[in-house]
Amino acid sequence: MTYLAKPRFHHPKLPTNALGYTRRDYEGAVSTLCAGCGHDSISAAIIQACFELDLPPHRIAKLSGIGCSSKTPTYFLGASHGFNSVHGRMPSVLTGANLANRDLVYLGVSGDGDSASIGLGQFAHSIRRAVNMLYIVENNGVYGLTKGQFSATADKGSLSKRGVANHDEPIDLASMALLLGASFVARSFSGDKEQLVPLIKAALRHKGAAFIDCISPCVAFNNHPGSTKSFDFVREHNDAVNRLDVMVERAPIETEYAPGELVEVTQHDGTVLRLRKLDATYDPRDRGAAMAYLQQQSAKGEVVTGLLFVDPEAADLHDALSTVATPLNALDDAALVPGAKALDKLNASLR
Amino acid sequence: MPQPLTQAPVGDRTNDFVVKFANVNGSGSASANLLFARSIIRMGVPVVARNIFPSNIQGLPTWYEVRVTERGWRAARGGVDLMVAMNPQTWDKDVQGIDPGGYLFYDSTKPIPPSKFRPDITVLGVPLTAMCNRAYTDSRQRQLFKNIIYVGALSALLDIDPAVIEALIAEQFKGKDKLIRPNIAALHMGRDYALQEFPCPLPLTVRKADAVGDRIFVDGNAAAALGAVYGGATVCAWYPITPSSSLAEAFQRHCRRFRGEGEQNKYAIVQAEDELASIGMVIGAGWNGARAFTSTSGPGISLMQEFLGLAYFAEIPAVVFDVQRGGPSTGMPTRTQQSDILACAYASHGDTKHVLLLPEDPHEAFEMGSTAFDLADRLQTPVFVMLDLDVGMNEWLCRPFAWDDARRLDRGKVMTREMLDAGRDFGRYLDVDGDGIPYRTYPGTHPTRGSYFTRGTTRDRYARYSEEGPVYLDNMERLLAKFETAKTLVPAPVERRAAEPTRVGVIHYGSTNAAMEEALDGLAGRGIHLDTLRLRAFPFPDAVADFIHRHEVVFVVEQNRDGQMRTLIVAECGVDPAKLVGLRHYDGTPITARFIVEAVLAALPDFNVVPLRKAVP
Repeated sequence: MTYLAKPRFHHPKLPTNALGYTRRDYEGAVSTLCAGCGHDSISAAIIQACFELDLPPHRIAKLSGIGCSSKTPTYFLGASHGFNSVHGRMPSVLTGANLANRDLVYLGVSGDGDSASIGLGQFAHSIRRAVNMLYIVENNGVYGLTKGQFSATADKGSLSKRGVANHDEPIDLASMALLLGASFVARSFSGDKEQLVPLIKAALRHKGAAFIDCISPCVAFNNHPGSTKSFDFVREHNDAVNRLDVMVERAPIETEYAPGELVEVTQHDGTVLRLRKLDATYDPRDRGAAMAYLQQQSAKGEVVTGLLFVDPEAADLHDALSTVATPLNALDDAALVPGAKALDKLNASLR
Repeated sequence: MPQPLTQAPVGDRTNDFVVKFANVNGSGSASANLLFARSIIRMGVPVVARNIFPSNIQGLPTWYEVRVTERGWRAARGGVDLMVAMNPQTWDKDVQGIDPGGYLFYDSTKPIPPSKFRPDITVLGVPLTAMCNRAYTDSRQRQLFKNIIYVGALSALLDIDPAVIEALIAEQFKGKDKLIRPNIAALHMGRDYALQEFPCPLPLTVRKADAVGDRIFVDGNAAAALGAVYGGATVCAWYPITPSSSLAEAFQRHCRRFRGEGEQNKYAIVQAEDELASIGMVIGAGWNGARAFTSTSGPGISLMQEFLGLAYFAEIPAVVFDVQRGGPSTGMPTRTQQSDILACAYASHGDTKHVLLLPEDPHEAFEMGSTAFDLADRLQTPVFVMLDLDVGMNEWLCRPFAWDDARRLDRGKVMTREMLDAGRDFGRYLDVDGDGIPYRTYPGTHPTRGSYFTRGTTRDRYARYSEEGPVYLDNMERLLAKFETAKTLVPAPVERRAAEPTRVGVIHYGSTNAAMEEALDGLAGRGIHLDTLRLRAFPFPDAVADFIHRHEVVFVVEQNRDGQMRTLIVAECGVDPAKLVGLRHYDGTPITARFIVEAVLAALPDFNVVPLRKAVP
């Protein structure tokens, strides 16, 4: 239905958020992806999360690489600046943008080809640099735009649409993110909005490198029997370790869960993450245990979802660089140019 | 027949000779050699100093050449009058390199058989190792003071004022004062030995003069990095590569001095994982309104190609300092060339053209290092500052840095919140002024207006994706119009008319100028007069084609094999290629006046352009 222009009007009683924006103010152009594409659900979740967090759309910068997933920033947050960069290199562009203006919210959208194949290096280094961002990989294990080649996250033995088995080991980006020091790591499923929206909200409010690996089945090339990234497969093998509620301002906690089942994590900015534990033994504040759990479940063919790890006290790249609070792009001549007198002094030292 | 230039000059050698130090890399000789060069400058006598070093940390041979030149020539001369042979590994080659009648200074601790010397040179042996072993017990001290001892001996042999050296030592070790006294003691140990053993001074002497003026002694990388500070750069993303690493490191140093108050740094420097990430960060920062740069060399330029095309097409300011080295591939990492001209001018796939700035020395590296950021913002495109190893990694005696406090950073066409509120039509790629340069907005400017989607795909004037032919053409033609505008903004070429009318011209650029000035003098002395045009930027202002039209033959002198600048001129200026004669020096050493003179003399008879009264005696 992409040939239809998106209507501008909306219901007069559409609910507004604290900024007076409706959900429509967070939307973008009509998607040109395939009908039923998991990516569109993720776009919808991003829209929902930003609306609920009362984020001013123009203060979000959305960046992507190349591929189906990287096209999606056109389909959400139309009032934000967007940057569709080059294949596999979104992380460096986002890093630079973040250095220039620390006051914006940075949303990096990528795919499994973009991040695990061509862009594995930049993915890794942006995570280990603790760039303050939400990095979402819309993971379908397949190259959509070039019509169905395996990506580096495709499971070994999984079948392509033509029935060919993948012989390479998969790259698990969530495990890598944990290993690389990401301070927020989650995995979710585009078909599970209840889980995904709170994770995006929590990640957007997280300070430091937040990573979400979102399984997002490709309806055109990777949703058939034998695929391990199909809607059916993920639904059958989804091992959710927790459910999340995000409270931006601390509201009275209703004790609806038995003690021991609820974990509360207060993030740097005061956001409270309330985790309803679905797995009694899983502690999302223990990086080592999280990594071990992921490996164990992966060996069993299970897809672990939920908030896998969070370090609420994480620092970011600007902390490491001791950058001034004023965004670097807002510093004026007086702050930047040392002037003629300083130069004369320097000249004198070179004689 | 002109007299061949390969002979050593004869006659009075005061303030006009070449000393070459042969050292072992990592032996601490560099600071002693620098001390030697600076002491001569302090005596008011200009020097040309060049490092010749391998891609190595410790053990391989390295040389330092100091040309003492009261006339103030700026290029290496070629030849050696006094060789300080401190490296047994290169002994034979070093001894061979001395001009007839020259001098050999060496460590005579171990006897060297007479066959290892030459009969036509004077040998000056100083038992440096033995002296050190007697005076010091620590092995590192023995090594380091050996260097100072030979500087002391040379001060006696060349009549350098020891008080000047002492003052420099005191400045160097300011804050580590207890090192001053032992260094001065070592200096005098060498000096006293030479005074006692040799008829000091030699005919090669340094005499106090007033030929340095207010000039400064600095390397081009440090100068360019300072230019970046003055140009308002706040983001530097880089990946280590010889010969450009010292540029990013100097930027860090300058920023600590000028931009870091407490923990409130007004800059961000990231050592990236590779050159792709470096340029990606620069482009991200440029898109977001910060002034950003990377420093690299040829292999890095190759890696950055895709991103450079994005910056060109999406119109994002970026500054790239390319400190050129010998290519192709890994090539000669520690040797100089001007061989990235075409790789930068046309970087990336598809139809692209980029702005190049061509500094001749550290002074211009500073100037262009700051101007590059104004140009990048004004033109919203990558700007390359094309240094080379010769300028970048050697200290040059050059005009002091200058800054006009009235100067303001030119951020180019940025539409502000106020302009958007006033109802200005914003189309990211809309040519509102007819100069091909559209307005941009910084992300986060306005809640409802001025946002757009930046992409490497084709789009219309309002940044909407389109692959329609006419829309594509409209955009590509505007980019060409913008490049035309660039011609009026970049530094103009410098023309120098010969003393007598001539039909022969020379085009050159960058570090070649130092040798060119001297070559023109030498050629004029032989009755050969050449007009010169020193290029300072690409795109070429109209003055370049005009210069070519005014001459029958134009030599294009450059430091690469394929005559890359000549190719660029032919491609861009619409001139007859037959008029452009390439003279190319590309063995990795800096070009010399001797080379240019000989190349011109060899080429001229092919063209019937020498004025008749000069050609017939």
